[in-house]
Amino acid sequence: MKKTLLINGNEIEIAQEKNLLEVIRKANIELPTFCYHSELSVYGACRLCLVEIEGRGIQPACSTLPEQGLKIKTHSSKVRAIRKITIELLLAKGGHDCTTCGKSGNCQLQKLAHKLGITHIRFKKEKTISIPDSTAPSIIRDPNKCVLCGDCVRMCSEIQSIGAIDFANRGKDAMVLPAFAKNMNQVECVHCGQCARVCPTGALTIKPEIDPVWQVLNDPSKTVVAQVAPAVRVAIGEEFGFPPGTTCTGQMVSALRNLGFDKVFDTSFTADLTVVEEGNEFIKRFTTQKDLPLFTSCCPAWVKFTEQYYPDLLKNLSSCKSPQQMFGSVAKKLLPGQLNIEKKDLVVVSIMPCTAKKYEARREEFTKDGIQDVDFVITTQELARMIKEGGMDFKNLAPDSFDLPLGFKTGAGVIFGNSGGVSEAVLRYVSEKLEQKKSESYEFKEVRGGDGIREFTTSIAGHEVKMAIVHSLGNARKLVNKIQAGQADYDIVEVMACPGGCIGGAGQPDYSDQSIRNSRTSGLYKNEKMIQLHKSQENPYLQEVMHQLSGSGEEAAKQVHHFLHTSYQTKKRIIKEGIEITSGKLEISVCFGTGCYLKGSQKILTTLLDQVKRDDLQTRVGIKATFCFEKCGKGPVVSFGNKIVTACTPEMALEELKTLLIENEVFS
Amino acid sequence: MSTQAALNFNNLCEILEKHNNDPAKLITILQEIQEVYRYLPEDIMTFVATSLGISPAKVYGVATFYSHFALKPKGKYVIKLCDGTACHVKKSTAILEALQTRLGLNEKNNTSSDGIFTIETVSCLGACGLAPVVMINEEVHGAMTPELALKEIDKIIQQEENKQ
Repeated sequence: MKKTLLINGNEIEIAQEKNLLEVIRKANIELPTFCYHSELSVYGACRLCLVEIEGRGIQPACSTLPEQGLKIKTHSSKVRAIRKITIELLLAKGGHDCTTCGKSGNCQLQKLAHKLGITHIRFKKEKTISIPDSTAPSIIRDPNKCVLCGDCVRMCSEIQSIGAIDFANRGKDAMVLPAFAKNMNQVECVHCGQCARVCPTGALTIKPEIDPVWQVLNDPSKTVVAQVAPAVRVAIGEEFGFPPGTTCTGQMVSALRNLGFDKVFDTSFTADLTVVEEGNEFIKRFTTQKDLPLFTSCCPAWVKFTEQYYPDLLKNLSSCKSPQQMFGSVAKKLLPGQLNIEKKDLVVVSIMPCTAKKYEARREEFTKDGIQDVDFVITTQELARMIKEGGMDFKNLAPDSFDLPLGFKTGAGVIFGNSGGVSEAVLRYVSEKLEQKKSESYEFKEVRGGDGIREFTTSIAGHEVKMAIVHSLGNARKLVNKIQAGQADYDIVEVMACPGGCIGGAGQPDYSDQSIRNSRTSGLYKNEKMIQLHKSQENPYLQEVMHQLSGSGEEAAKQVHHFLHTSYQTKKRIIKEGIEITSGKLEISVCFGTGCYLKGSQKILTTLLDQVKRDDLQTRVGIKATFCFEKCGKGPVVSFGNKIVTACTPEMALEELKTLLIENEVFS
Repeated sequence: MSTQAALNFNNLCEILEKHNNDPAKLITILQEIQEVYRYLPEDIMTFVATSLGISPAKVYGVATFYSHFALKPKGKYVIKLCDGTACHVKKSTAILEALQTRLGLNEKNNTSSDGIFTIETVSCLGACGLAPVVMINEEVHGAMTPELALKEIDKIIQQEENKQ
């Protein structure tokens, strides 16, 4: 027998819905909520989805089970009054100055206050005291606007498995903070920005770079070129009334020219370049069976994640720069000559679906002589705002096309924008290269799909190639742990930090509905179908650009490598010195990072301490327990003065201590 | 001092081991660590987070939620002044003010600069029959007046001076 309940007197069937809120939504009634996200756990904190249930009083719909025969009212006088008062209280606490807020127009609190007809706040407004934290390159955290719904906290820990921010303090002092109230750039945040995506208010917003971009656009001495990431073209239309997934490449290029960009190029071109470079790297590793699986490195959030949590996997990360950074180094090398300008007058602006790209562009490796390869990174949202400020009628702009050669791409470079795209593009290259023949088809539909972890085995030139495709860092962690425990084994693994891949990036137009992500994905595949070429190796400009980069002669390959590849360093999660146990001038540091701890660093420390105590050297030898030496693959790691000893044992430690003491003439 | 740090660190490792590095025991672990260090230093909390496999922000969140946990070193003598209903009506506020004035402390800055005293107010010590109640470390003093409380303080100051 089918189960039903009554919503405002209408009988609604209960199907598979997990909670009352979903049943009510099915009945086409939109209940307000801050803290309910279908992708996150149910939290029940914001108390906005309250409904009146006959015989049970007021209950939050998100955390109530749908049961047979419930009689529900969604906007009774009582419910309305409570909702109103909740919003008024939220508005009274904190600094909600809408007109100057980065979230204005997309703010749930603002929309709700309007919907509920709140025209004045009956409560005394609290003085705001917290200073916004804008130290991170990607996200601004303004606690004055926080409504404590916890969406960001759950996104960061549940979906991304990081937990860079959490609730701190209690009661009226409660706040969402990074560990020890540090700044966002001092902790393990990977800049994916998903916290800002789910934040209903302006408490977490993307750090804009609109102003400096306007400034260079209006500076006649600068030549400003744009590179646009694949995922932007299928999402930007949403800001101008197009249905999600509509390809707006033509209007977008036209708008960029209108804004004053001198050249408009396509990051898909360097995505093609990435495919070839990464494909070659894979073939080399696959044929020698070295450093497998190969992990993709296009996603800067994933790269930072690996640097922080899995230092022993850094050798498995592809050494290829991401398409954004490949574009940056190619542009800064080739364009000054081609456009007849000085390098310092060339400005490269990226338009990305991503907030982590802002961080990536500022990584030290990508700055030469004080000049960044990519000068500014604006997100899809920011570009839309610039277009709106510029007063352009986006919908009716005459379509324009990218500049050549860095604007020419194949379909393979376009599908990079969604989960599975990189894998498919690389497969198209690797399969032809290994089989040494052209194939008629180009699609590998098996790698497509929406699941967070997908596995796939294919046969190329008689070899079995095992692949995995994951999106969200929580899924990446699960998969990596499985690999490290020996329960899984792959040849190539694609990781995208954002749910759905770049199309679901935090810089994209706001969305809460997963179906929007799916529309963008199918938009990209549709877009690819309209492009003539589908395999990166068929891009006629690749060879030309490679040649220009390298010149000819023996050094050529090295040159290309220099421009297109990078290296990685292990990173500490939290900027922090170690624990000082004895204080002396001769420094010994024992690593207590997770890797070393498990391998027995405590035994080493105790042995050293005992010895130092026996020789009464506590004032001369300074022993520290540090958090990470960033050499976790070879733990336990101990440093004696400047000497770093890996795979240390208690015996080795005693021997090294003796040497250190003799060298420093404590012993003779 | 340095041997003390070594001892403390060994204690810390023992506490973590005793609780099997189980994140579900975080509160107990933090309580025991606070016994060792008299407060929860930042580096120790990071160490605990690493050992338990949780994020430092989570540990910080728990440590800042409970007023029992101190993020700054507490004094050698922690004076807990009860301000529950019974103590309050028996004029506990006057005792608090007397103590604060004597030690030059206030609600925000509640530990003396020599690290000897910390003054805290608590909601109820469960000894309402003895109201107003002051606890100095583990010792309970009932039916207090500002004068009696100050006498106790002076006793401690004298003791500490004699030690030096």
